[in-house]
Amino acid sequence: MSIIEKSITDVIDSPDTVAETQEYFINMGPQHPSTHGVLRLLLTVDGEIIRKVEPHIGYIHRSIEKMCEKDSYQQIVHLTDRMDYLSCHINNEAVCLCVEAGLQLEIPERVKVIRTIVDELTRLSSHQLWWGVMGMDLGAITTFLYGFRDREMITDIFEETCGARLTMSYNVPGGLMFDIHPNFQRRTKEYITHFRKKLPEYDELLSTNIIFLERTQGVGYISREDVISYGVTGPTGRGSGFQCDVRKRHPYNVYDKVEFKEIIYDGGDSYARYRVRIDEMKESMNIIEQLIDNIPEGDYKSKTKAVIKLPAGEYYQRVETARGEFGVYIISDNKKSPYRVKFRSPGFSNLSALDTMARGCKIADLVAMMSTLDLVIPDIDR
Amino acid sequence: MDNEKLKGKILSEFDTIEFVEQGSQFLNVIVTPQQLKSLSLFLRNNPELKFDFLFCLTGVDWITHLMVVYHLTSTEFNHDIVLKVKLEDRGNPEIETVSDIWKTAEFHEREIFDLFGIKFINHPDLRRILLEDDWSGYPLRKDYRDEANIVEL
Repeated sequence: MSIIEKSITDVIDSPDTVAETQEYFINMGPQHPSTHGVLRLLLTVDGEIIRKVEPHIGYIHRSIEKMCEKDSYQQIVHLTDRMDYLSCHINNEAVCLCVEAGLQLEIPERVKVIRTIVDELTRLSSHQLWWGVMGMDLGAITTFLYGFRDREMITDIFEETCGARLTMSYNVPGGLMFDIHPNFQRRTKEYITHFRKKLPEYDELLSTNIIFLERTQGVGYISREDVISYGVTGPTGRGSGFQCDVRKRHPYNVYDKVEFKEIIYDGGDSYARYRVRIDEMKESMNIIEQLIDNIPEGDYKSKTKAVIKLPAGEYYQRVETARGEFGVYIISDNKKSPYRVKFRSPGFSNLSALDTMARGCKIADLVAMMSTLDLVIPDIDR
Repeated sequence: MDNEKLKGKILSEFDTIEFVEQGSQFLNVIVTPQQLKSLSLFLRNNPELKFDFLFCLTGVDWITHLMVVYHLTSTEFNHDIVLKVKLEDRGNPEIETVSDIWKTAEFHEREIFDLFGIKFINHPDLRRILLEDDWSGYPLRKDYRDEANIVEL
């Protein structure tokens, strides 16, 4: 050991000269590519280690709940796809189910089956976008292009069926706006055949990549107790072993008649959350395959009055969106607009757990962590 | 546990609790602000109840009074309950926080403070969350008027 090296070690080890570090703040966002929208995180960092994450939200708050107090029930449906635009059909459906329960409407079996298929297609397209974006956040542009390329097939199906490619609306209280397009079944089956082959390939692309594994495994850990306490649901909750799938806990539509597994991983880290979503895509395809050839004949809508008035009372409906448990809480006073509406959005609760996940991690890991939370900002801000 | 058993179980500890049936699918309980904390702890910690998941927390403006509504469920037993707390004082509504019992309440209580102006005592970080810090008024209250931003139809 040279004299110079020796003296340096002595200086570092000496208790009088321990390097003092200072905490400082960094703003991540509101315009940051990895926040996937207008989200600002105020990070307290010590060197590169995160000590605290403080989310600042509300940049695109529109007070949808206040708007609902002026709108009719049919109009409210179309506000909900402006929240979580990647789970638009599922959000729409939550309001419809809530109103239908209030009116005690009988819904044709055909509607229930179509709704289930559309829900699962929505979930697939949302997870595909997540998969593409997750890879991109970690530096792999390929995944982004692959994800969007295959997602296009679902968007085309929806465009044919309901006329829109984003902020789609297909559900109305009582049933569906129109019957399915004649091509719907054929194109859905084509998509499933195509994506069945592609999914293992895509999974392999990331999950056998050493860079990807090192950046996700053991990173962003959150325990089962914390997940429940923070109200974290959806794939994020199930990655920590929390059995929170609303489709199993409180079945709606025909989820109690189809066979599918609730995907649970106990890892609690970013990689576990990644695995949950990949496996969920397989389950979604299973559900669609069971139903696509068995759509019963019948009406696509049951009769409702032009002006819907819910009997005075309270109604709550929860559904499983691609992000977790979405709840609609309607208080009615027997008028044409609700007295109060509350949307329990999964993203809002999921975001609140970010601080617990990120403490002690590095800033670069935070990007991966946020990807696995799969945040959609309008869903949080409402 | 079904609603009748839940009722009995809660009445055995808190005999002054009032139950209401309002055309809701859940068991509804009216709680006074003073009872809230002890009832919440009982509901979460009792081994037969274990209400560990606060899945919805929100406020309602009933014009005569404000109300905070807690939707609870048990992840183990899968039973639900709704707690409702009336706050008569509209000028200065105050209630004890439950963010130390269910951590999700920390964000949700900030939202209620932001939109209804209800103060949560002992909350670790009570600030506006969705609106700017200098916003005046509480938009989800029924008497809120904002000429500039809301178009009356």
